[in-house]
Amino acid sequence: MMKFKAYHVALAALPLTLTACEFAPKTTEQNGIAGTGMNQVNVTDANIPADVPPPPYDLPPPGGPRASEVYENVQVLGDISADEFNYLMAAITEWVAPEQGCNYCHNPANMASDEVYTKGVARSMIQMTQDVNQNWSSHVSDTGVTCWTCHRGNNIPENVWTLPEERTSNAINGNRRGQNEPMESTGYSSLPNIAVARYLLDGDDPAEIGVASETMHPTDANTVSTMDTEATFSLMIHMSNSLGVNCTYCHNTQAFAEWNRSTPARATAWHGIRMVRNINSEYITPLTSAFPDNRLGPAGDPYKTNCTTCHQGQNLPMGGVQMVADYPALRTLLAAPSRVGTAEEDDADAGSEMTDTN
Amino acid sequence: MAQYQNIFTQVQLRASPELGVPLPPEQQGSRTQGTTFSHIMGLIGQAQIGPIYLGYLGVASLVLGLIAFEIIGLNMLASVGWDPVQFVRQLFWLSLEPPSAEYGFTPFVPLAEGGWFILTGLCFTSSVILWWIRTYRRASALGMGKHVSWAFASAIFLMLVLGFIRPMFMGSWAEAVPYGIFPHLDWTAAFSIRYGNLFYNPFHALSIVFLYGSVLLFAMHGATILAVGRYGGEREIEQITDRGTASERAALFWRWTMGFNATMESIHRWAWWFAVLTTLTGGIGILLTGTVVDNWYLWAQEHGYASLYPDSGVVDPAASTGSTGQ
Repeated sequence: MMKFKAYHVALAALPLTLTACEFAPKTTEQNGIAGTGMNQVNVTDANIPADVPPPPYDLPPPGGPRASEVYENVQVLGDISADEFNYLMAAITEWVAPEQGCNYCHNPANMASDEVYTKGVARSMIQMTQDVNQNWSSHVSDTGVTCWTCHRGNNIPENVWTLPEERTSNAINGNRRGQNEPMESTGYSSLPNIAVARYLLDGDDPAEIGVASETMHPTDANTVSTMDTEATFSLMIHMSNSLGVNCTYCHNTQAFAEWNRSTPARATAWHGIRMVRNINSEYITPLTSAFPDNRLGPAGDPYKTNCTTCHQGQNLPMGGVQMVADYPALRTLLAAPSRVGTAEEDDADAGSEMTDTN
Repeated sequence: MAQYQNIFTQVQLRASPELGVPLPPEQQGSRTQGTTFSHIMGLIGQAQIGPIYLGYLGVASLVLGLIAFEIIGLNMLASVGWDPVQFVRQLFWLSLEPPSAEYGFTPFVPLAEGGWFILTGLCFTSSVILWWIRTYRRASALGMGKHVSWAFASAIFLMLVLGFIRPMFMGSWAEAVPYGIFPHLDWTAAFSIRYGNLFYNPFHALSIVFLYGSVLLFAMHGATILAVGRYGGEREIEQITDRGTASERAALFWRWTMGFNATMESIHRWAWWFAVLTTLTGGIGILLTGTVVDNWYLWAQEHGYASLYPDSGVVDPAASTGSTGQ
């Protein structure tokens, strides 16, 4: 009789070393016509509602003096009651600077002062949150977002990105041509790693994410090369990783480009791409000069958002908890946005900001 | 005790080495005279090693192939800053990339911008074509048919379509396949995404049929010959002209099983055509992509070739709202 030895076990286990198995329990569900491979594989515990910080105390009833009447230099939250303002400040402290407390943004000797740079950043980020909740329901629906959605108790959200240092030479030494490097953002593929910067900043037209032709035969309307297609592929890998979903969550792989073969989630993602572009170009990039050097990347740009910043592996961030319901002040733009709109508005607001500051 | 006889060759001959037909005097120097026997090689094939005919074509082919291999390897090594450890760790990710679209199809591209890629293609192609001539001339010298050469030519056709002919028709090196393990796989996926799903390319479908068919035929033929090995079935060629019990049983097995059998000779024609047509149809399919057809899914819809499933009701947000996203 054959005796089993250690090396038999080792040999039998060898294939396991070559796989990339995820051992977490999974569920699958069909999300399209039978026979088209429309199946969504979910890690079972990825979408249960997350434990999020409760409100600091019950939302104060409306009424009472406005925040702008009680406090000085309240620019974007001046129209809510002072009680609600304090309630929101307590919550934001818990979300963004639980260790440092109020002093992370405020000078304790003069809370109205704008001398700490984080206060200016926070002001802009509050407007961004309001803008997202008011104008981007096409992506965030009624669930909405709060500071916690990205920050999760960190000063800087954990999943952010900056541009790489500009290469000064085209020499082959150390030159990966922006690809062929195993990294998380490309799902450890050899795909280009510039996709997020290319499509989620203010560069290429997001319509260029689509690569397939709308006509059967070649025309001048579509001259995208196979090489360029890899950038789209890479962006899709980023989205897939961020949301913890496979391609068929949005697409029918029969024809990736065809909208009438796709799932409704693809339209949500389409709006999401534009939302992230808006966040990066209208709110974060304009803050570049506000940040100290240690808050900038190697190319001198601030930390920016992509799909992972909010989603963090879940197709509904935090499992779909509607945190914003407890913070009505974050649901609409209360003050005229200083970063969004025409250039003229921008100039006017920039001027008013300067006069407001002390 | 039960024994499985077919894993390794059971009997190895040791005798005076077989040196083959005499060569004309002017070719004498091209063929090595020395031979040896290897027990290890004898387990999986013929134990006699040599003589080998290399000749000018063989030497030139190996040199050019080595140059191509070195250019690829050194470019990969340079891309990790000449760090041998990272070269080994990341080898599967590394690549020698073709020139970007801005260079069109000009052969004059700065070396660091894709010039090395073009040089590699030149050396690699020359190497392969010289080796092809070699297979043709060696078959000729032995009075053989040129079947090996033409099968090899079919594979070379696909290789040239991918790396040269199609990029030439498209007018852009950016359509060529990068030299890299994962990079060429990513290229393949991107190619299908760009051109509306290559599975709706009928020549791609034919290529798959012949590829899987080749595998099936190889399995059937290999299994049949091994199964009659105990009756001398491995001496296939003799059995073609002097049919023995091995051949009779093999043929009868398939007639019992499916009513028809290939002959000892025709099974090799089946296999040859399936193999040759795999790369030939594949190459045609690649050549038509982007040059004649830009979206294979739409082409397949037009020709009643792709299933039309019910509409999911989702519309393009850009078309439906004309909005920029909000």
